[in-house]
Amino acid sequence: MLYIPCPWCGPRDETEFRYGGEAGVAYPADPDAVDDAAWSEYLFVRSNPKGWFEERWVHTSGCRRWFTVRRHTVSYEIRDPRPIGEST
Amino acid sequence: MTVDVRRSPLAELAGELAAVGGPGSVRFAERPFRVQVELRAAADAPVSRLYEALALMLPRGVGYVASTGDRDALCLAPRWWLVTQSPEPAPVLESALAGRLRTAGGAAVSAVDVSAQRTTIDVTGPNARDVLAHGCSVDLHPRAFGPGRCTQTALAKAQVVLQQLDRAPTFRVLVRASFARYLAEWLLDAATEYVG
Repeated sequence: MLYIPCPWCGPRDETEFRYGGEAGVAYPADPDAVDDAAWSEYLFVRSNPKGWFEERWVHTSGCRRWFTVRRHTVSYEIRDPRPIGEST
Repeated sequence: MTVDVRRSPLAELAGELAAVGGPGSVRFAERPFRVQVELRAAADAPVSRLYEALALMLPRGVGYVASTGDRDALCLAPRWWLVTQSPEPAPVLESALAGRLRTAGGAAVSAVDVSAQRTTIDVTGPNARDVLAHGCSVDLHPRAFGPGRCTQTALAKAQVVLQQLDRAPTFRVLVRASFARYLAEWLLDAATEYVG
């Protein structure tokens, strides 16, 4: 089980959270102008690195706030919990 | 004269809760019908003025409680508070708060009465922490938690608001009405080994 540090509530069990996927995937500035290939790229394609990965979590059972962490996809080490919009 | 027809979620278990344990181990009691008002503020709301309007001290941040007499303001998350106090005709607190908050915070604040959403169970005694630890992964040890602190977490998989009142220790568990019976029965079961 992961032990995830919520920026407001401190470290909690993974079961208190829901996963939100990769962080920083921007909504297309002009969605009407995006063709099918670019739209599916936006919807489905993620970077999926082996190593450090920026991702979103929401503390469902606690403060119900979304935040960003940096997780290592091999060691599962988690660093830099921060509110959305703040960079490290 | 008005007749009180309210029925608390744990009315049927009151006898069982009261019969369990003693001052040397752990005791349970439902505190029914406590008034609860939830405050939500927008990002630009003047938070310190809201607290002045409530005649409450500003809690130190998320997870802290500001108490004035019987009224507690629990900071549950950024710009989200739960104000609780002992039973009274609920709309009084809500309308009083809403009026004062509208003056202090304008449209950036909402105050909603949620008294019927949760009921309150007090868990007190030297073994209170042990009983809660059976189903709660939050560290409630004095070095990490204490009087004047609160948190939202899962207790026996039920979402609760947990507040510590004193060093006895006494913990106040606010649980959704529909989960109350389940949680009370779970607490009674978890306490079995401490109450002999």
